[in-house]
Amino acid sequence: MSAPISSGPTPPPDMPADELAVASSVPESQGRLIWRRFVGNKIAVASIVILLLIVLFSFSAIGIGPIHGWWQYGYKSLNPQVNRGDPTLSLLPRFLGGDGISLGEHPFGQDRIGKDYFAMTMRGIQNSALVMVVLGLIATVVGVVVGAIAGYYRGTVDAILMRVTDVFIVIPALVIGSVVGNKFGSLGAPVLAIMLGFFSWMGIARLVRGEFLSLREREFVEAARVAGASDMRIIFRHILPNAMGVVIVSATLIMASAILLETALSYLGYGIRSPDVSLGLLISSNQSAFQTRPWLFWWPGAFIVSLALLVNFVGDGLRDAFDPRHRRFKLSKMRETRPEPEPEEQQ
Amino acid sequence: MVAFVLRRILVSILILVAASFLMYVMVGYSAQPLQDLQGSNSPNKQQLINARVALLDLNVPPPLRWVLWIGGVAKCAIPFANACDLGSTISNARVIDILPNALAATVQLVTLALVLAILLGVTIGIITALRQYSGLDNTVTFISFFLYSLPAFLVAVLLKEFVAIGFNDFLRDPVIGGVALVVIGLVVGAIWQSLLGGDGRRRLVVFLVSGLATSGILLLMSATGWFKHPGLGAIPVILLVSAIALGAATLLAGLRNRRAYITAGINAVIAILAYFTLQPLFDISSAGTLFILALATAAVGLVSGFLAGGYDRGQNMRVGTVTALMSGAVVLLDRFMQSWGALVTATNGRPIATVGSKTPGLSGDVWLVGLDTFTHLTLPTIALLLISFAGYTRYSRAGMLEVLSLDYIRTARAKGLPERTVIVRHAFRNMLIPLTTLVAFDVGALLGGAIITEKVFAIPGMGSLFNAGLGRGDLNPVMGYFLIVAAMAITFNFLADMAYAGLDPRVRIR
Repeated sequence: MSAPISSGPTPPPDMPADELAVASSVPESQGRLIWRRFVGNKIAVASIVILLLIVLFSFSAIGIGPIHGWWQYGYKSLNPQVNRGDPTLSLLPRFLGGDGISLGEHPFGQDRIGKDYFAMTMRGIQNSALVMVVLGLIATVVGVVVGAIAGYYRGTVDAILMRVTDVFIVIPALVIGSVVGNKFGSLGAPVLAIMLGFFSWMGIARLVRGEFLSLREREFVEAARVAGASDMRIIFRHILPNAMGVVIVSATLIMASAILLETALSYLGYGIRSPDVSLGLLISSNQSAFQTRPWLFWWPGAFIVSLALLVNFVGDGLRDAFDPRHRRFKLSKMRETRPEPEPEEQQ
Repeated sequence: MVAFVLRRILVSILILVAASFLMYVMVGYSAQPLQDLQGSNSPNKQQLINARVALLDLNVPPPLRWVLWIGGVAKCAIPFANACDLGSTISNARVIDILPNALAATVQLVTLALVLAILLGVTIGIITALRQYSGLDNTVTFISFFLYSLPAFLVAVLLKEFVAIGFNDFLRDPVIGGVALVVIGLVVGAIWQSLLGGDGRRRLVVFLVSGLATSGILLLMSATGWFKHPGLGAIPVILLVSAIALGAATLLAGLRNRRAYITAGINAVIAILAYFTLQPLFDISSAGTLFILALATAAVGLVSGFLAGGYDRGQNMRVGTVTALMSGAVVLLDRFMQSWGALVTATNGRPIATVGSKTPGLSGDVWLVGLDTFTHLTLPTIALLLISFAGYTRYSRAGMLEVLSLDYIRTARAKGLPERTVIVRHAFRNMLIPLTTLVAFDVGALLGGAIITEKVFAIPGMGSLFNAGLGRGDLNPVMGYFLIVAAMAITFNFLADMAYAGLDPRVRIR
């Protein structure tokens, strides 16, 4: 997946990235270095902030479960049609000729039967966020365990686990998702996310296996073994921390595709079912009304794309931070910073 | 080598069998094929239920039923016996009978999208790699991130609900407004200047020329009612064919290669002559005739390239074939456009279709039917294309940058080869090797994406077979779909591995 992308000319051989870190005045740990590289990536940091804000906003607006949020309508309640269901949101200030900044009665409008579209969209975002996190976590944990065991033990164990992975990987994600969703979609978003997670771990397993195959030959593993560490300790305390870069980056990418998978399944009718709300379900159930009420399309559409886009940007930033070979390299900046090289300045 | 291939095929079949068991059991336990009957009020309800249970062996638990099913599938392996048995649907149709039509519809859709995605994605990826960190590169990078984050159903619904209907409305009164002309001109100018690059002066000239030309042509088209009666006509065909010949020779062989220009010129002249002389033949053509003509065109390209000779025959033959095929495509396009009026009449003035794969009740010559298929495929193909296009752009950009930083490229430049030769003959070929793996993955993704696209556009393909089957609890068509898709995915992965080994001498298979 993460093919090495050396962006343009490589830095001069007398200044590889690792030595740049040593050259700076204060010695830094690996984690601190990665953190500084990530924070230096403005797009990624902005993305993660906006993403968290959107999710917090959606949870605070309509609340979680029995807890009420600050928004007056629920996503299931039917309301009288106000202004033919047009959105009442107004962002243009009065001095620019608009109606002033106000939310109004139904900021995102109403659907055909009068449900408040703002509350529904917020509920959809909640569900997307939930599926993203739960699916991502489960797929990552299963994938890491399978990949680590296969890569560490090699031989027969590896062969069996990898053939199992092959069996799962043959079925396209959307196909297996539809089958799983058909069975478990009616049980709600958390169950759906957990079940989908158990069918999405194959990519991570292969990557982690590859990392383990090369890391297990290194000296520090040998040292740990000589010191009498158990296999589990070597796998999880010695090798895995060194493979965390691959794990975190591909977990983020799985999360981005989880959003798209959930919305697509809900669109097809195999995901989250009414009366619960998913952004994909909103688009599917209002499809016939788009000519007369286009906002029924634009709100969920915009939020699906923004969520996925923001997660993808975060993933890209993480990849840059973990793998210096991916670093965006600019010749002009290289020249500017040559006297006192600072790796995080070159983002 | 033979041992490797045999082992690989054996393992693939075992994986396919295991995956089919997984799939069968999962669908089998989740499906409720008796649901519609149990809710019915028909007097012979119990009888109907019994009949369906007998038809689909529903009293056998799914894992055991899978054994029966795989036994039927195994009969497909007997050559020429025609004993394939993929079970029957709920409505007692044999899956093996409905599969070929569905497969044809999907393959038509996916192939076009795949080819276009590769061509466009690789081209744009290379251009952005050559203009790294320019405005163009950053824009394309952002767009590809955006496309990555765009769900297939959103694109499809957007195209169907807004683009198709908007374009059909536009065709009712095809006049482009002044503001739209200016905006289109500005956008096209901006795109061209960033594609061609260069210093400020050159960019300005390119921007002005391309922008004004685009606006002017559109104004002319709008004023002469071209959108109502589209067609190329003699002069545009001649101009287009000449441009293709020049472009192909310049790009593939370079300005100094006179023989390449001779080859391209011969093919262009033949294409233009064919355009004028073959029209009566076109009128009575069938699909078979067109196929033969296409083969003849390719042959003319190859032979003319070979005869023109010179020190690099292979190059000349490539130039000749590319010119001949592309010019042929222009001539065909012109002929297809002549049927546009008939299609507009047949579809009540709304030629861009949003549903199905052909206009019901439409009959006519190969041109009219072809054009009809084309207008039906346009939107679903774009929807599929946009998704995988982003991947090809990213990969080919990264691959090109990586290849360009290698030593042999420096050597090629150092020995004084022109930049065009370095890019096209040295870098481009090696950049293509890793893409074979991506194509194999992409075939699976496209077939999955076809489920959604076929649902939105109501195309009766494999995806809708799967979708309808899963919705009804109809196990056998779902498994038929799975069998084809999984087999295709495995085959393409296998082919990609073989191609990789064939193309890259560093990879050795044992």
